[in-house]
Amino acid sequence: MKKSEYMNPYLAGFLLGLLLLVTIFITGRGLGASGAFKSGVIATVNSVVPSHTANTHYYLEYFEEHKESPLLSWLVFEVIGVVIGAFASGLISNRVKLKLEHSPRITSNVRIAGALFGGLLFGLGSQLGRGCTSGSALSGMAVLSTGGIITMLAIFGGAYAFAYFFRKLWI
Amino acid sequence: MGPLVPDIIGNELNLVVALLIGIAFGFILEQAGFSTSKKLVGLFYGYDFTVLRVFFTAGITAMIGVIAFGHFGLLDLNLIFVNPTYIGSAVVGGLIMGLGFILGGFCPGTSVCAAATGKIDAMIFIAGSFLGVFIFAEGYIYLEDFYKSGFWGYPHMFETLGMSQSAFAVVMTVFAVLAFIVTTMIEKKVNKISDPNYYSPKRYLGIALATIFISFTAFLMPERQSDILSRASDKNVLNTFHPEKMTVDEFAFRIIDGDRKLNIVDLRSKEDFTQMSLPNSVNMNYENLFGKDAAKTFSKKNASYVIIANTEDEETKAAYIAREIGYENVYVLSDGMNGFRDNVINFKAPQNIGTRHESDLYKFREKASILIPEIIKENKNKGVQENKESKRALGGC
Repeated sequence: MKKSEYMNPYLAGFLLGLLLLVTIFITGRGLGASGAFKSGVIATVNSVVPSHTANTHYYLEYFEEHKESPLLSWLVFEVIGVVIGAFASGLISNRVKLKLEHSPRITSNVRIAGALFGGLLFGLGSQLGRGCTSGSALSGMAVLSTGGIITMLAIFGGAYAFAYFFRKLWI
Repeated sequence: MGPLVPDIIGNELNLVVALLIGIAFGFILEQAGFSTSKKLVGLFYGYDFTVLRVFFTAGITAMIGVIAFGHFGLLDLNLIFVNPTYIGSAVVGGLIMGLGFILGGFCPGTSVCAAATGKIDAMIFIAGSFLGVFIFAEGYIYLEDFYKSGFWGYPHMFETLGMSQSAFAVVMTVFAVLAFIVTTMIEKKVNKISDPNYYSPKRYLGIALATIFISFTAFLMPERQSDILSRASDKNVLNTFHPEKMTVDEFAFRIIDGDRKLNIVDLRSKEDFTQMSLPNSVNMNYENLFGKDAAKTFSKKNASYVIIANTEDEETKAAYIAREIGYENVYVLSDGMNGFRDNVINFKAPQNIGTRHESDLYKFREKASILIPEIIKENKNKGVQENKESKRALGGC
């Protein structure tokens, strides 16, 4: 079967915007992603070394604000939904395949290192910036939050600024 | 009135909602092509601006939607999560994320989406993200000061820039449409496409103009609250507005009668309200009238609402606001609470009683002047109903 085409980007954006609007209308909050990563990390550390979370400032501060289990959070459920939705979409459009994607000019190992280190920086940055492209930039733009829009400009501005130096990774 | 959580949709059902919203989110992201890093970083090298198109279209759509929902009173904008602004960490965090984007080729949401369709690089990116969050958590004691510095509160961008919300919405939309046009030209050049049908301008010109036109409707939807408040402060407007009045005697009678259909909206200060409040009353101010809590108060069936304040002028202003919002069966108390105090609570019958009618009235008022203070005392002993104020939703990552 032939790979089917992607959706028209403006249509996809319009649908995503409506979804975000519905999300805000129902829940009073926007979409997100990195918050679920945070919950995952906290839950993992808490179950592997509970003694550590019990006397480390960051985790204490988190548990002070969140009484329930970190995995019972809205974003964790939302991200589980993303996995299901993306998988379903991939199946329908015949795009599910286990593979390591990289530019032909670099080796798999370079791509792995880039993904690992890039992820690390994104994880770190999203905690510092109080949200990622979804939670801070996109949802922040929808509610016209100054902080969200500044973070958005910094993410895209930063990526453009660094793009030249890492062009060999992609083109 | 939204948000529907936590009143209409409970916190547990909210998790089911989260799952459903997530499914739609993942589906749209994957359909848009966000499950491959090559497409995601395309905008930084000029060969594929899909991300920019999807992102800005979504942002503009949701933004105009939120403005419209707020204008038509469908959504209490004071209860939705607005990301706080910590200027230092917003900029530095954003730049770090930008670098992560270029190196890793994903952002958290898209990496989950890509991993779900089997991209190994996305799975590695997620592992890296977990590591990054862990490093942040462990290094938090060193980062905390910076993390919490430069707090500006929860401002909106248009306030920071000193523009009106409507003007800002139009500027954003025009900016987005211009970005779409310019990036398409860049894309054509970088990919050396000479096909004139490739994103043919003709096909999109209409949509672009329609989008800008729609954004101008933002001007027809001024921020509802400030718009109504400014009209309510205009003497000329209030002079032509004649709310239904309730006399102090009817008011007193219904209180003594224990009439549950009588709902009192008390505009006096919180201190006055705690000191002395009538049964079945809630404390509000002009701004609160727009909120979700007020919507709940004013939605009881077969009820009448009496607005009380020290003066009738203040009551009239609130009644005007209530009418503009669309609340019905709203009365103002004749002569305000000052009149109620003089003519009922502290009533002293004059020496010479004229007609029979006056004598009946004075008898009633004398009785009321004894009963009402007792009712107030009783109400106070029950503990003044603390206003159960709805809290702003928590969000963010």
